[in-house]
Amino acid sequence: MKLIWKYLRKYKLECVIAPLFKLLEACFDLCVPLVVASIVDGGIQAGNTGYIWRMFGLLLLLSVVGLSCTLVAQYFSARAAVGSATSLRHDLFAHLQSFSHEQTDALGVPAMITRMTSDVNQIQTGINLTLRLLLRSPVIVFGAMIMAFCVKPDLAWIFVAVIPLLSVVVFTIILTGIPLYKRIQSRLDGVTAKTRETLRGVRVVRAFGLQEREIEGFKEVNYAQTALQNFTGRITALMNPLTFILVNGAIVALVWFGSRRFGLPDGVTQGELIALVSYMSQILVELVKLANTIITVTKAVACGGRIASVMEIPAGMPKLEPAPDLQDGSAVCFDDVSLTYRGAGAPTLQNISFCAKPGMTVGIIGGTGSGKSSLVGLIPRFYDATEGHVFINGKDVKGYDPTLLRDTVVTVPQKAVLVSGTIRSNLLWGNENATDEQLWEALEAAQAKDFVVQKPEGLDAPVTQNGTNFSGGQRQRLTIARALVAKSPVLILDDSASALDFATDAALRRALGQLAHKPTTFIVSQRTASIAHADLILVLEDGCVVGQGTHEQLLDGCGVYREIFESQFKGGQGA
Amino acid sequence: MKAKTILRTLKYLKHYRLLLLLSLLFAAISVALTLAIPVLTGDAIDLLAGEQTFLQRPTFDLLLRIVSPFGVGAEQLNSIPAILILICVCIGITALLQWLMNVCNNRIAFGIVRRLRQDAFEHIQTLPLSYLDAHPVGDIVSRVISDADAVTDGLLLGFSQFFTGILTILGTLIIMFTVHPGIALVVVLVTPLSLFVAAFITKKTHVHFQNQSKTRAEQTAIVDEMIGNHKLVTAFNRGDEALADFDRVNQRLAKISQTATFFSSLTNPCTRFVNNLVYAGVVLVGALMAIATGGVALSVGQLSCFLSYANQYTKPFNEISGVITELQNALTCAGRLFELIDAKSETPDASDALVMDEARGEVAFDRVSFSYVPERPLIKDLSLSIKDGQRVAIVGPTGCGKTTLINLLMRFYDTTQGNILVDGTPTRGITRNSLRKNIGMVLQDTHLAHDTVRANIAMGHPDATEEQIVAAAKACHAHSFIKRLPDGYDTVIGGDNDTLSQGQRQLLCIARVMLRLPPMLILDEATSSIDTRTEQKIQAAFAKMMKGRTSFIVAHRLSTIKQCDLILVMKDGDIVERGTHDSLLAQNGLYATLYHSQFEN
Repeated sequence: MKLIWKYLRKYKLECVIAPLFKLLEACFDLCVPLVVASIVDGGIQAGNTGYIWRMFGLLLLLSVVGLSCTLVAQYFSARAAVGSATSLRHDLFAHLQSFSHEQTDALGVPAMITRMTSDVNQIQTGINLTLRLLLRSPVIVFGAMIMAFCVKPDLAWIFVAVIPLLSVVVFTIILTGIPLYKRIQSRLDGVTAKTRETLRGVRVVRAFGLQEREIEGFKEVNYAQTALQNFTGRITALMNPLTFILVNGAIVALVWFGSRRFGLPDGVTQGELIALVSYMSQILVELVKLANTIITVTKAVACGGRIASVMEIPAGMPKLEPAPDLQDGSAVCFDDVSLTYRGAGAPTLQNISFCAKPGMTVGIIGGTGSGKSSLVGLIPRFYDATEGHVFINGKDVKGYDPTLLRDTVVTVPQKAVLVSGTIRSNLLWGNENATDEQLWEALEAAQAKDFVVQKPEGLDAPVTQNGTNFSGGQRQRLTIARALVAKSPVLILDDSASALDFATDAALRRALGQLAHKPTTFIVSQRTASIAHADLILVLEDGCVVGQGTHEQLLDGCGVYREIFESQFKGGQGA
Repeated sequence: MKAKTILRTLKYLKHYRLLLLLSLLFAAISVALTLAIPVLTGDAIDLLAGEQTFLQRPTFDLLLRIVSPFGVGAEQLNSIPAILILICVCIGITALLQWLMNVCNNRIAFGIVRRLRQDAFEHIQTLPLSYLDAHPVGDIVSRVISDADAVTDGLLLGFSQFFTGILTILGTLIIMFTVHPGIALVVVLVTPLSLFVAAFITKKTHVHFQNQSKTRAEQTAIVDEMIGNHKLVTAFNRGDEALADFDRVNQRLAKISQTATFFSSLTNPCTRFVNNLVYAGVVLVGALMAIATGGVALSVGQLSCFLSYANQYTKPFNEISGVITELQNALTCAGRLFELIDAKSETPDASDALVMDEARGEVAFDRVSFSYVPERPLIKDLSLSIKDGQRVAIVGPTGCGKTTLINLLMRFYDTTQGNILVDGTPTRGITRNSLRKNIGMVLQDTHLAHDTVRANIAMGHPDATEEQIVAAAKACHAHSFIKRLPDGYDTVIGGDNDTLSQGQRQLLCIARVMLRLPPMLILDEATSSIDTRTEQKIQAAFAKMMKGRTSFIVAHRLSTIKQCDLILVMKDGDIVERGTHDSLLAQNGLYATLYHSQFEN
């Protein structure tokens, strides 16, 4: 709520004008039945033709003025709604961009996307509707009641009785409907899941001849969904008949009680009766609108709350005191580093210490979940070590400007992802100012030149979202090229050659060894073949370094390493 | 095309003939009674002033005949209380019928869509893999789910508003013309204006809305990409560029959204304005008439009745124009759904097809050719014969046709030319289900149903006993991790929050086949995403399975296939080399190159 105010404040004028003009329109609307009543009572009964024409003119005037007021109100409310949603979207996007990896993990990418899209849209609709309707509908409902008192105080009690009844009916049905619709949606999700499952697993379904069973299963969820739809439909279908009964019942009451006093000096006139009947119809229309508006507004407020809690997260890496510089000439150095992810019960990394000299190649090997990716993620400070320090060129990573740090350390992530655009635009992520020649160089080293050359558009070949128009292996090679373009002093390959065949993998390793700028390279892999040539190999198991040295040293002295090596090279234990 | 889609949809109506008839009947009665209420109210108002409009109606005599047996005379009937009671009766019946009509309409619309979905789902089970592989899962799901939903909406609106709307308009016109043709003419003359205004705004709004959703989609794509790959964006310091991209679209969206929102909010005020004009016109003409004729041509009560109609009359027009758009949308969606239902099924098993009981496991390829697309032949003239119990490894670079061989053997696809024979019988002459029952398949792409571990293992044999299931799990080293799951064998897996690792999933798929081992096996080897320990377990499980069975192994790691009886080296759909490990190394061809590259440093 506070968040929405913050953005609406820029549109104070709009926020006053829009409801004000809506209010005016409502007042004009309320006048119409009075004018009609006076036509009947003052015009027809008195046979005054001139009066009727004048009143007709007044009716037209009221309509025109009413319409103009609405147009003004709609315009300004649209401006306030769209304007504040636009700046909210900008701020939120900028805020999310500054999130650290840890914050991203905590919130989750799907939630971030929902906040950015549907939540903001919901707020926009909410503001727009509030400015337009939240004032108009109550004014009409209560205005009509007040008017009824003005027209005929002794009949107005019918309004006083009917309005609460109508409100109860309208709100009860709408409010009962909401959770039911939610349940329908979740049952529909079940139908969706069943459909998706049968399609995804079609080979298994057919291999086991399970088609009939799938059909039976689907029938069940399908029927359940329909049954709930019918049930909900029966309840929500009550709305029209019940309000119909109430409004028309009230009209009958008006006529009945009006007729008893008809013709008496203080009795009701025909014109007044017509006016009262038409107020009653207006009330119904507005109550339904009001109920729907309230739902939309509640949703918008909930969305606002969700966004506000995201905005309150202080973005970016926390400012931490760096450790004193090291003077050992190392490129990357871990000093007794441990890492426990927030909310995790056990540490992911424990007491890691090693140093790598400039230009060295460091191999990191271990089973899934042994902490390999976490270890290399500490170097560009994606996460902060819970204990100990990470140094680059002798300086604690916490002392680096984050931008400079990530220019120094470039990572090829495990998941090979490209963004939509062209091959060129993707490669330029590594270095905005790279020449074509440098791009080709990087592609060649990454073993990607062959297939890029074959594209008729070359570097300008289109890349779809996530790079899905390339095969897994091609994508991996392009992400490696992207990192090589940066020519960074430290290069990290996080299991980024897993989809390459052995021949290509070997060629890539050769090329990496011959890079002109001689980066300190970290290679994470599950294959001993990919790291056997490294100057230093770290063997990880359950977050601890269980072996550290060269391939030969480890084969002799590290049981885990030997086991991994043999499982991959001796082979043939049965296959 | 359109007419055909309508006919197809209407065919589904035949299951709901009675409900449809009832719905129409209820609609007609409730519309008639709704329209009668303002007439009666008007009569009551007239009676106040002593005008006998009610007494003069032809329906009065009819009513009198109905109530006279109850001792009600003309005098009593022609009184305000009687009219009010009559109105109350009308109100009650109308309300009840409205509700019943809605209930009928719901049943029809939801029922039709349920049938449509069921038909679509059942048809999917018969579609050839060539169709399913060529259409993204999301596309088919959206046909079965969202498109079917749009059909429901269209049907519901169509039934509840289209029919009653038209009836209301017709009824109103008839009554207005019988009460007073002059004023009725005023209303009819202004109608086109209302329609024109509504149509104009709807069209404008539609264009702007399309524009808005297009720009929104563009923005969502950026959000999807930049937030979805947020870690990558920060790693490469691309935050500022991403924000700049986003802002460009955001500003554009602001402008478009402003226009779209404004235009869309015009519809109500503008139609309300036109309605007000109609209203004012009726008041003017009615009042002037009443004065000119001294209430003979038009009484005040009739005027009040006209005013109610003038309010009611234009509403269905606006509704109908909305319904038509919705119906068009529903029709397009129904068309897409029928496209799926009409897609050609795979050729059914021949009536004399052999139901294969327990195969020996002899497999032969006899001059097999195959292509996914006719222009690009993939497998050409492949012949091969494998004795029962032999182990065959298939190796080669990605896209060389390894998966295609599996597709053909399982008859997911049929050969373009030539035959595959199992125990000497061409597979085309064997029922698909019995053939597949004889082949156990473990693919890299592990599919688990959203169900318990137990149900997943027993997938192929639902009648398996607990002991058999546990034995199968133990045989492939899955038992120990299953026991550690929160609910053991009753843990529900395969959903969105699946925490199983790829290796564990694969072990479960192996257990599934292990439960009742068929005479032939197809095993797709694990890739590097599984750690070596788990992989060793999988290898051991594979080894156990393969004993004495004809096995096809799609191999990624050459070290694991040395002991196979036959190694097929594939490239571009051809088998370029075949032999044992030693003979292939001696040939010094593609296999040797692949093999050595693995050991190169």
